[in-house]
Amino acid sequence: MKDLNILPSASTAANGLGGGRVAALPRGAESPPQVPLRALDQLWFQVSGTVCNLRCRHCFISCSPDNHSFWFMTRGQVAAALAESVPLGVKEYYFTGGEPFMNHEMCGILEDALELGPATVLTNATLLPERTVRELARLAAGSPYSLELRVSLDGVTPEMNDAIRGEGTFARCMEGVGRLVDAEFLPIITAMQSWPDAETGRILGGFRELLADVGYDRARLKIIPPLLIGEEARRTQGYAPSMRVTHEMLHGFDLDQLLCTRARLVTAAGVHVCPILLDYPDARLGDTLGEAVARPASLSEQACYTCYLHGSICANTSASSEF
Amino acid sequence: MAGSEDQFDRVAVFGGIYSNHLALAAAVEDARRRGADALFCLGDLGGFGPNPDKVFPILRGEGVRVVQGNYDDSIGRGLDDCRCGYTDPRDNHYARLAYDYAFSNTSGAHRRWLAALPPAIRFRLGTLRVLACHGSPRQVNEFLWETTTPSHFLTKLAADAGCDVILGGHTGIHWARRFAPRGWYVNAGALGRPANDGRTCVWYAMLSAEGGRLGVDFVPVRYDHEALAREMAGEGICDEFITTIRTGWWTTCLEILPSKERARGRY
Repeated sequence: MKDLNILPSASTAANGLGGGRVAALPRGAESPPQVPLRALDQLWFQVSGTVCNLRCRHCFISCSPDNHSFWFMTRGQVAAALAESVPLGVKEYYFTGGEPFMNHEMCGILEDALELGPATVLTNATLLPERTVRELARLAAGSPYSLELRVSLDGVTPEMNDAIRGEGTFARCMEGVGRLVDAEFLPIITAMQSWPDAETGRILGGFRELLADVGYDRARLKIIPPLLIGEEARRTQGYAPSMRVTHEMLHGFDLDQLLCTRARLVTAAGVHVCPILLDYPDARLGDTLGEAVARPASLSEQACYTCYLHGSICANTSASSEF
Repeated sequence: MAGSEDQFDRVAVFGGIYSNHLALAAAVEDARRRGADALFCLGDLGGFGPNPDKVFPILRGEGVRVVQGNYDDSIGRGLDDCRCGYTDPRDNHYARLAYDYAFSNTSGAHRRWLAALPPAIRFRLGTLRVLACHGSPRQVNEFLWETTTPSHFLTKLAADAGCDVILGGHTGIHWARRFAPRGWYVNAGALGRPANDGRTCVWYAMLSAEGGRLGVDFVPVRYDHEALAREMAGEGICDEFITTIRTGWWTTCLEILPSKERARGRY
């Protein structure tokens, strides 16, 4: 993988102004590598918990209408974390779930966030009636910061998408995308790669044609690799035992490629390392943001291997260059 | 190079030159005419334009104080990539075309000069402590766009860097924000290509200070962009880069833009 959006530590440290090297990692045959937070650039919110109106077959945290492991965040809970984030110098806010627009306070939450900085919502776009899109457009126009809508769509045809995301979801998603485009949003269409690499060019071309048909002629596309946990592990296969991040693999590795050196996830029940590891109790770092930023992240889970290989895939501008 | 003891009242700040020697010459003349005490360039001397060696005599002859950009560091060290920080394959495709041309057309002497440039320059503007860098004080290729850079983030950057005013570039679109009574961030934009606004002029920043009060003016620079476009064509540079010079609209490296900046452009 190329070094893309983050310079090697030596270059960053050369100006003597920050971004210095991480202390030597502890070595040990059994203990997983641990990495400290370098800067809290991204603050994520599990704003609808694990509750989703869909039941996708590849969901890495198995969200569904009846998965109540994590419940909705209130606007007050989000506002408290936003206030806590200001002195920490957070650069971007991300909102995920579940389906964020199942949270009936979502637009109010975005209004609060957009007063402070740029916001991104990860959505399936199936719960975006006209009135919601109008409200989103009003919020976007009223803020100096960008509001990004990242829409999950996993195929260029109903057959391809619905096999993963459920019957009828292709049509409902495209309706939502059409409304967003009509309101002059430029949604980032995000697909999990479920095809061989050789097919990527053809699939991307298919997405561009599909989106042009609803008036989106400069489509922003983001392809992410599958995370072999949750439902995806059941749909295909999980990680092989050897697929783990080891101390040796981190020698000379640019740690800025890992989301956990740049982000934390706030939920209704504590603060976690990242949005991928929501289901892992060890990834819960504290009750408050202050506690969670002080604790290192443990690269103990196999999903960390995907982040290691592809860069922080969750961000809008991930480090992946493979597509 | 300027050190922390240097003090000025009025300075001109140029963003990426991208080998646009005609715009650079015009901007230098304009800034001198407007009474700049000193001229600064925030790096990325090569890029989309033709004949990269042509910018060096201007910069050195005019005593422009130059910060090292990611491009300059890559070419100076002979790396195989510009490390612009793009994350989309379409952006990287065009970045590769630009870098390969600039790399193979920059002389050895100029590469060594690029390698020796400082990553940051500190000086005083009035009583304000200024840090000039390329991307951000913490990362040479960090993109600080107007619509994705919170004021509290800038406050922390400036505090960590021990300065009042941060001067940066890298994005190619100029903007400025006062984030504290003495705190400013100024992105100088680029001299190398237009600001994706449908105008063929390019921009630089003129900063003046009275004590602790900063004045920021963005100055449009009109130059013979048709001559540059012809020179680019003569060098076999791709049509997409030439179209940007002729129309003022970015045609490449668009995927990195946040939605608001993207929406303002044509493509």
